[in-house]
Amino acid sequence: MTGPGAESGPGPQVGPWPETGARPLQEGIGPVQPGLGALTSGTGVAADAGGLEQHFEETIARDRRIEPRDWMPDAYRKTMIRQIAQHAHSEIIGMQPEGNWVTRAPSLRRKAILLAKVQDEAGHGLYLYSAVETLGADRADLTDRLITGRQKYSSIFNYPTLTFADVGVIGWLVDGAAICNQVPLCRSSYGPYARAMIRICKEESFHQRQGYELLMTMMRGTSAQREMVQDATNRWWWPSLMMFGPPDGQSPNTEQSMRWRIKRHTNDDLRQRFVDMTVPQAEALGVTLPDPELRWNAERDHYDFGEIDWSEFKRVIGGNGPCNAQRIAARRAAHEGGAWVREAAAAHAAKVAARAEAAA
Amino acid sequence: MGFDTAYEAISEESDSGHRWAFGTGFTDPLAGVDTTVPAGVDGADLAAYCLMLGDDALIMSHRLQQWLARAPELEEETALANVALDLLGQARLLLTRAGRADGSGRTEDDYAFDRTEREFRNVRMAEVTDVDFAGLIARLLVFSTWRLALLGRLRESADPVLAAVAAQGVNELTYHRDYAAGWTIRLGDGTDYSRQRMQAGLAAVAPLVDELFVPSVVEQRLAGVAVNPEDLRPECDAVLAQVLAAARLDWPQVYGLSGVSGKAGRDGVHTEAMGYLLAELQSVARALPEATW
Repeated sequence: MTGPGAESGPGPQVGPWPETGARPLQEGIGPVQPGLGALTSGTGVAADAGGLEQHFEETIARDRRIEPRDWMPDAYRKTMIRQIAQHAHSEIIGMQPEGNWVTRAPSLRRKAILLAKVQDEAGHGLYLYSAVETLGADRADLTDRLITGRQKYSSIFNYPTLTFADVGVIGWLVDGAAICNQVPLCRSSYGPYARAMIRICKEESFHQRQGYELLMTMMRGTSAQREMVQDATNRWWWPSLMMFGPPDGQSPNTEQSMRWRIKRHTNDDLRQRFVDMTVPQAEALGVTLPDPELRWNAERDHYDFGEIDWSEFKRVIGGNGPCNAQRIAARRAAHEGGAWVREAAAAHAAKVAARAEAAA
Repeated sequence: MGFDTAYEAISEESDSGHRWAFGTGFTDPLAGVDTTVPAGVDGADLAAYCLMLGDDALIMSHRLQQWLARAPELEEETALANVALDLLGQARLLLTRAGRADGSGRTEDDYAFDRTEREFRNVRMAEVTDVDFAGLIARLLVFSTWRLALLGRLRESADPVLAAVAAQGVNELTYHRDYAAGWTIRLGDGTDYSRQRMQAGLAAVAPLVDELFVPSVVEQRLAGVAVNPEDLRPECDAVLAQVLAAARLDWPQVYGLSGVSGKAGRDGVHTEAMGYLLAELQSVARALPEATW
């Protein structure tokens, strides 16, 4: 649902594997492009490391995709693992704030839409964990990093959903911001991620339209409904702008990420694009955005907007938002509470295999 | 494909709902189906029967929705949501049918959000809470085995709408039953602890089983339209015996849960859990009765 960790700085090292040496060869989640792996197929880290690096750089420069079996620098692998894992975690944590309203949705049609959306988020998490496993990471290990706070997820989900209007506003603003972040990632240099993003972006677009349509319906309803929409817009607007991450001057990873083509636009560029697209949508909806400095600047051909409260951003990223502890506790409870179920499935599979062997 | 312009494409009215990861349709559930009540069928009885089957699905779906973001694994998140969506879809078709059959013109939402507890006609098995995943699986196993047997026969109903709903539902319930049976076997034949939990789950659901096979007066009056639940027992017993044998589990010998003054779910007499469920289900809709959603 959200951007892939634009918000956070360099994370801790991830992955249980050593820095160099053999890694399990894993298939990508999509077709491996022929030809790209020619230099590396089956050889692991070859003697001619300079040649491999040159091939990697040339592949990037030609705007081709890096595939799981291709040689890649350790730093690229680590960055991709962090980026995709944070995105996967965001999908899974994002199920909580919206799932909060499924059982109370005030019409069966809205209930079905919301339930399908939350289910989609679980599905997106699954695609993304699969994509990150092509880099040698392991879902169980990544989940452990999430619930122990060693890997982040999008901070937007550390805000509470307080009314049913939040469901619509999350679709409109949060999914909208996520789409702005994610559409360029359909051209990420890492193939499995790029392919996963194409599918995810299509589904997110649909979610966004569903959210906006709910808000349009509510705005045509009673005054109490219109107040709910305005209140939700007021609460989600600034956190949505924070989804694009710190200002460019304070985004240390941007330059390297853009060189590797795993990021295509700067945080501020994407934020501006989001504001420019959203202001007319707010007008069409009939809500105001809570920023007195928001106005069209004909000279820049963009909307000007006010300063984001970066102290709030840092506080929430740092773990002190309204729902950080709650979200992680809920994820931990599901994961740890389900351990006996996963153990049972493994034990049963082992018994079935043993019986088959005994019978053979 | 110009992905940098994909955002703008969102505002186009061209896509038709095929973009859900798992697919689902949200059009008028009875579009294109002849909704005339067949000659000789009492509309009030037909509506009451639709509410029974619709409420079973609606309330069971609600309990499944409560598992969202709580499942033991992500694959189970998607699977349980899938089951919940299927049942919600069935509920919507059946409640809509009720409003047309009784001539009241009530909508699915009128039935879901404006009825009192006594007016809900679901069996009590649909409404009870689950202690843990094994409890959910035990309940889903029995519920889906029973409902699949029921819908299988309902395909021959004299009411074309019920027959159509059943035909679609059989495909869905076949998956639900397979899913529950698979987990019953994994848990029963897994670790000592999982076997113990699964056995406890069966013990919790077993007292609610007899109620599933008791025919109401409405079902008795609707011969040819409704399925007589008494007829479902042999099939259900056989399926459950087969699953439990594979899972190395025993069916608990327990008394059926008593009704109150001889009345139970089909009569609108529920367990204490039902009031809380409806409070949650109906809270937003009841707080803003004039609103449109």
